[in-house]
Amino acid sequence: MQTALFIEQLLNGIQFGVMLFLMAAGLTLIFGVMGLINLAHGSLYMVGAFACASVAAATGSFWLGLVASLAAAAAAGAIVEVTVIRRLYERDHLDQVLATFALILIFSEGTRWLFGSFPLYLNIPSLLQGAVALPGGVHYPLYRLAIIGVGLGVALGLYLLIGRTRLGMRIRAGESDREMIGALGVDISTLYTVVFALGAALAGLAGAMVGALQSVEVGMGEPVLILAFVVIVIGGIGSIKGAFVGALLVGITDTMGRFLLPGMLAAVIGPAKASGIGAALASMLIYIVMALILAFRPKGLFAAQG
Amino acid sequence: MTRETVLNAILALLLLALPFAAIEAGEPFYVTLATRMAVLALAAAGLNLALGFGGLVSFGHAAFFGIGGYAAGILAAHAFNAEPLMTWPFEIGGSDQMPVIWLVAALACGVVALPIGAISLRTSGVYFIMITLAFAQMIFYFAISWPSYGGQDGLSITLRNGFPGLNTMVPTSFFLVCYGLLMAALLLSWRLRDSRFGAALQAARQNEARVAAVGIDPLKIRLAAFVISAMITGIAGALFADLTRFVSPSMLSWQMSGELIVLIILGGTGRLFGPVAGAILFVMLEFVLGGMTDRWQFFLGLILLGVVLFARGGVVGLIAGRPRHG
Repeated sequence: MQTALFIEQLLNGIQFGVMLFLMAAGLTLIFGVMGLINLAHGSLYMVGAFACASVAAATGSFWLGLVASLAAAAAAGAIVEVTVIRRLYERDHLDQVLATFALILIFSEGTRWLFGSFPLYLNIPSLLQGAVALPGGVHYPLYRLAIIGVGLGVALGLYLLIGRTRLGMRIRAGESDREMIGALGVDISTLYTVVFALGAALAGLAGAMVGALQSVEVGMGEPVLILAFVVIVIGGIGSIKGAFVGALLVGITDTMGRFLLPGMLAAVIGPAKASGIGAALASMLIYIVMALILAFRPKGLFAAQG
Repeated sequence: MTRETVLNAILALLLLALPFAAIEAGEPFYVTLATRMAVLALAAAGLNLALGFGGLVSFGHAAFFGIGGYAAGILAAHAFNAEPLMTWPFEIGGSDQMPVIWLVAALACGVVALPIGAISLRTSGVYFIMITLAFAQMIFYFAISWPSYGGQDGLSITLRNGFPGLNTMVPTSFFLVCYGLLMAALLLSWRLRDSRFGAALQAARQNEARVAAVGIDPLKIRLAAFVISAMITGIAGALFADLTRFVSPSMLSWQMSGELIVLIILGGTGRLFGPVAGAILFVMLEFVLGGMTDRWQFFLGLILLGVVLFARGGVVGLIAGRPRHG
């Protein structure tokens, strides 16, 4: 039973990590290519969740909702890029932090305006309901396995997109020398809009998928946003590979820490004290890991060049 | 006198006059508003030392704001219940005297800021922003899950802490205490900025390599600035706790860190009175917009966006022009 529980928690950690990867991939791409620190990425996650929940409620189809979430988040991303973000590329990080902080206020309050303060709920599609028996006597929800599958698929897709396609070549070129690819005739501002919309769509996808596991509400994006920042900082900003490794590391560390730490502490200092300290320590664990990694590798595990 | 000096004097007098004008007008509520401005300005003045003069964009100063708040809350709770804070190896009781609380708040913040700064300052740019955020989140989650002092629900301060010779429950007296500390912090910032230390700090912001080349270790200078900055913000946190007579993890939240940055940019980054201008404007916006619509955060967001995109340099920059050294 203990191993079954352990495997279940490990899978939860991987599912969490994969979801963080969807957020972190967009953030790290946007930072790597445009040098922009985007706090409003969590709002795009929220936009995806709300689009999915409301379209699914109106049409009865989760799949239409999923399409809507991608479209809505990408569109919101493109609009924000063209109207606001574009003016921030040449600014320092301080201005970017403030402007995207202002965007969070606008998005959060705007969403509350449109949808009210009550959370929305999204059902898991019937195709993915139920649990699967895994070796070792574990029954694990099919939907969470599907999220892991989608996340791994997106990781592979991004790897191919960036490594093997013309768009990916331009993205990599934009990371290393933006003036040069502009001089070679690539329309940089369109490229930037496309990258931003792509990152937004990934965040929207993450929001939609998680929307079926928890309630869809205003403010759901920010906790995930901060974890996604931890991920890209651990992985090395600008590196997709780093984002992937960092996301899994953070997801598994957080889940397993909450699962194992109280028990381990109980053996040392007794169960009464351990529940409080264990919970406190478990929720701090990923930040401790991040501080340790940055103390020894100030540019993250897989620092991109430059 | 430059235009900036005149503006600074006007800002200082304006803030000082506000509560007394409010009493004259029979609107005592505005005294609390003015106190809020002074306390937030003090917190931002602390951050301005690191962020404005040193160029260290700390996205985690809420940690120090909150630690200061908890210092006030915890000491007051122990004093109120007459329980000693610790009994071994020697007995230390709580305190309901503000000077003691400020000292403890500043020391606690200094002790926490030293390792945080030492680790964070190894990084720079976005990494610095993110690692300071991460440390603040660490302390935030610690406060939430630590049950002894209220956890998620926070901690009430039954009676506002006292100041020798003053009745701090009188709103104007408490305002004067906060205002006095704000002016002291601004005086300190001014003296620090124009000292050799301040010159080295600002030089390190402009060109780290040259500072290192003339034999000054930028890390030490920055670490000292970071720690002093944290201590000032911590004292502001203690005052804020006394103002609301309540401490909760929300004082430690990343939104609070964001708000402190907003205050500085609104007022003018790296300007001596930038935090004061920013706090006056921010609290006024909050109050005026909040009175007009429930959706005030939406419009606050639009205004902030407008300031970043079109009014660079904040209020002080807009009125007094660009600083002498950019």
